[in-house]
Amino acid sequence: MPALKKKGQQTLMFKNPPFITSWASLVGPKEGEGPWGPYFDTVFADYLLDEESWEKAETKMLREAVKMALSKQGLLPGDAELFLAGDLMNQIISSSYAAREINIPFLGLYGACSTMAESLAVGAMMIDGGFYQRVVAATSSHHYTAERQFRSPIEQGVQKVPSSQWTATAAGALVLQSTGMGPRVSCATVGKVVDMGQTDVANMGGAMAPAAVDTIKMHFQDTGRKPDYYDLVVTGDLGAVGTALARELFIKEGLVPSPNYSDCGVLLYDGKQGVDSGGSGCGCAGCMLAGPLLHKVKNGEINRLLLVATGALMSPTSTFQGESIPGIAHAVAIENM
Amino acid sequence: MNMENNEKLKTAQQEEYHHLVNRTKPKPPVVQNCLWAFVVGGLICVIGQLFLNYLLGLGFNKQDAGSLDAIIMVFLGALFTGLGIYDDLGQKAGAGSIVPITGFANVIVASAMEFKKEGYIFGVGAKIFSIAGPTLVFGFVASVTIGLIKLWLIQ
Repeated sequence: MPALKKKGQQTLMFKNPPFITSWASLVGPKEGEGPWGPYFDTVFADYLLDEESWEKAETKMLREAVKMALSKQGLLPGDAELFLAGDLMNQIISSSYAAREINIPFLGLYGACSTMAESLAVGAMMIDGGFYQRVVAATSSHHYTAERQFRSPIEQGVQKVPSSQWTATAAGALVLQSTGMGPRVSCATVGKVVDMGQTDVANMGGAMAPAAVDTIKMHFQDTGRKPDYYDLVVTGDLGAVGTALARELFIKEGLVPSPNYSDCGVLLYDGKQGVDSGGSGCGCAGCMLAGPLLHKVKNGEINRLLLVATGALMSPTSTFQGESIPGIAHAVAIENM
Repeated sequence: MNMENNEKLKTAQQEEYHHLVNRTKPKPPVVQNCLWAFVVGGLICVIGQLFLNYLLGLGFNKQDAGSLDAIIMVFLGALFTGLGIYDDLGQKAGAGSIVPITGFANVIVASAMEFKKEGYIFGVGAKIFSIAGPTLVFGFVASVTIGLIKLWLIQ
């Protein structure tokens, strides 16, 4: 039997850590106005992107992110061997329709807002496993497609509560290769579904925080690394409320909430943008990783990054049937090595 | 036995976490929200009253003036939804803009606008009452119940 690359219970250690050779992030106007605006490749002026519907706009955004990530290396979509993507829409239509145009083998993923880490982890496994040499991992979300699917019509006058979050209009795409230059994916921790019985869909951060903490705990347990091993541990979209809860849980689990912990949902917007608890959606972790975070890894400002993208796996149907919200989180370690 | 204990432990953990969430979650600014609801809801009613007085002044009887007034207010609710103003108002005023009849117009027009892209039959037609529907259903149920009570008890 060959030596397994799995270490401990949930972590995969890559023998030949795949390279992240290029990446692209495309965001909507609100994200562009936020503190990280200059770090994104494209900031769209509106939410429709010259399309007829928001769904089509989201597909376009994802497709363009993939094309742009590849074009930064002078490559065309046909030069990639596999496209791994997911989004929030029913039947992951944004990804599937983007794949229709990109026209390379496609595996659709669903991990709600954890998709960026999920697609990266799966892509890295594929490359380290020796199946592919170049894989594109991508994800997207759109504020208005998510609002109409999960919440209420846009023009309806509803009052948001302070714990609610704003779904980011953003797409992120990363090119993973077996050889090349760039930061490398050294290991990944595949998370368990953790459900602490939370039913409040206006407090997703609260529902996902236990999953994030569980995955982070398992990651450190499996790898034997200490929390200060990383220059930055960043969760996907817990928002201000979820982050506060995660910090409480860190203490309970004996993990030191050192100053190198943050959350993409907290970082993406500034406090004056009316986003209540912060950003959310697949694109939140997607654009922060494929924008400012990888930029800082490339610069050497961050040498070891642990991205823990978090997802809430409920649907409007399960919510109406009184089911609680299952949370999930996957961790991906990105290092200069 | 072991499973039963695990189940109990899980419930206890969930309860503990629930308390933690409730402690951590920011509280909505209730007093401020109530004031906004009171002022905006009150203003909508004042506007309705002004129209009613005007219509009565034109010589309509009370019932006709009331119906016309409702039509005008529903129109205004729909208009401001279409102009993209009503949702901003709702974010501030909450129940103050949901409870008056203009709020009813808002949910119907918002649904119609939202689902237009899925076509006029399966989009607008099928979804226009997706939010206002319960109000209609329980409104009908209430009116039938009251009708029956009147029929049986007050003859």
